[in-house]
Amino acid sequence: MDSTGIHAALRGRFDTAVGELAPGPFEASIEVDASVIEAVCTFLRDEEGLEFANLSNLSGADYPELERIQAVYSLFSYKQRHSITLRVNADRAAPVIPTVEAVWPAANWLEREIFDLLGVEFSGHCDLRRILLPEDWVGYPLRKDYEEQPDYHGISTVRESLLTMKRD
Amino acid sequence: MSVELEVHDSQGLATEEMTLNMGPQHPSTHGVLRFIVKADGEVMRRAIPDIGYLHRSIEKIAEKVGWHGFMPYTDRVDYVAAMACNQGWAMAAERLADIEVPRRGEYCRVIAAELSRICSHLLGVGAMGMDLGAITPFTHAIREREMIMDLIEELCGARLTFNYMRIGGVAWDLPHGYVEKVSHYLDHFEPVIEEFNQLLGLNRIYVKRLADVATVDADMAIAWGLVGPNLRGSGVDFDVRRDIPYSVYEDFDFDVPVGSGEMGTTGDCWDRYIVRIREMDESMRILRQALAGIPEGPVIARVPRNFKPPVGDVHVKIEAPRGEQSWYVSSDGSEYPHRVHIRTGSFTAMGIIDRLSRGLMIADLVAVIASMDIVAPEVDR
Repeated sequence: MDSTGIHAALRGRFDTAVGELAPGPFEASIEVDASVIEAVCTFLRDEEGLEFANLSNLSGADYPELERIQAVYSLFSYKQRHSITLRVNADRAAPVIPTVEAVWPAANWLEREIFDLLGVEFSGHCDLRRILLPEDWVGYPLRKDYEEQPDYHGISTVRESLLTMKRD
Repeated sequence: MSVELEVHDSQGLATEEMTLNMGPQHPSTHGVLRFIVKADGEVMRRAIPDIGYLHRSIEKIAEKVGWHGFMPYTDRVDYVAAMACNQGWAMAAERLADIEVPRRGEYCRVIAAELSRICSHLLGVGAMGMDLGAITPFTHAIREREMIMDLIEELCGARLTFNYMRIGGVAWDLPHGYVEKVSHYLDHFEPVIEEFNQLLGLNRIYVKRLADVATVDADMAIAWGLVGPNLRGSGVDFDVRRDIPYSVYEDFDFDVPVGSGEMGTTGDCWDRYIVRIREMDESMRILRQALAGIPEGPVIARVPRNFKPPVGDVHVKIEAPRGEQSWYVSSDGSEYPHRVHIRTGSFTAMGIIDRLSRGLMIADLVAVIASMDIVAPEVDR
């Protein structure tokens, strides 16, 4: 099914909680309201003819000028061989998006990664801990206004330039 | 997932759960990664992966070094198969800026990528034997890998972190006499695969260690996001090169090997092993066709030094040796990428291990990690 058909199916079920089909310069995407993301994903997975059994990628990006953090879901159906991109916007001050872990178990780690690097809270997630960084790391590195701490447990994160370093 | 498991013995009495630490420095964990194993005797209740030891914030670096400058860093995403990462990054940038790569450049990419795939699979299957106690086959695999690395060195001057591809094509054309050299090598390599199977793959002890261990059925593999050989080992007939064609893969005729439970159940460790072996055969087929059909012409398109792709974001999928690599790249129209996210094959493969390990013997954990061909830097990036 092409993206127009997938969008029509979603509109038929969720009305305006699902945004317009944005053609985009490269691939069509659909903006989905955070409150219905889990229901939308369950529908996309279970509905005959759609059958998105695979969450191929879940990325996030920070847009400070728009005051939001966007999660981008890339879905793929091995059976129907079609794909669709969903976008969910969260308020940058307190980003919360319901988890889709119950729909695809692969989301467990992908959501943890976004939580770790961008600070999005996935509500309902069973194990929302940092995954790549240490548990006690301060801040979310992939946010545009991230400032690295000068040291971590007494280990300096700043290295003096080798060109200006004085030799003994 | 955090599921509390009650530990009971056969009479239903609670026994004491033992917590073991495996790694981060363990000879069979393929890099620096750690498992917290909750065991009841020899049987694992859970093996919880603890990743991040090799996190080098490559995605953050991308936002700082610019489009061209990120290419050498992609080598470090998966240093066992750096060509694939090069290609993923180049393709994402090309699609954003709508650049067409010259056909000879695409052929060079395919030749490099398939050589790199054989290289990577050789290390994967060789190390798999070694993890299970068969040391000698590893040396055979490494011997072959060395020769391919010599070939790649001739192509780009490096043996591990190639930095061969560029946005718009490849850095250098094939050196003089390269087509003959690679063909000659393929003639030598073809019987080696059979020899390797006799030595390792069909060895009874080896088969017993792998067959029916950690079976992943097709639905589970898809839901957990397994990709590449791990997915095909579970019997799902899908290969990005064939099903979402990129580069010039449409020009080539090749099969997609899938697991069929020859030694046990479909989707067991042995299936994942044999898929990799057969993929080397298919890579050779692609290589022979690419070497025979390589057209004349330039190898790189004209790309401005001050590269600024238009605003937008793109998902690019490529078939890396460790499975589909999904690149999410977003541009804000500046000379630096706005966001780069790489969903690698090893990442999802690591994610399923907690689930797979339940009820397995501790010694089988090594077989599971090896059969998934996990490379730690690719998990952590």
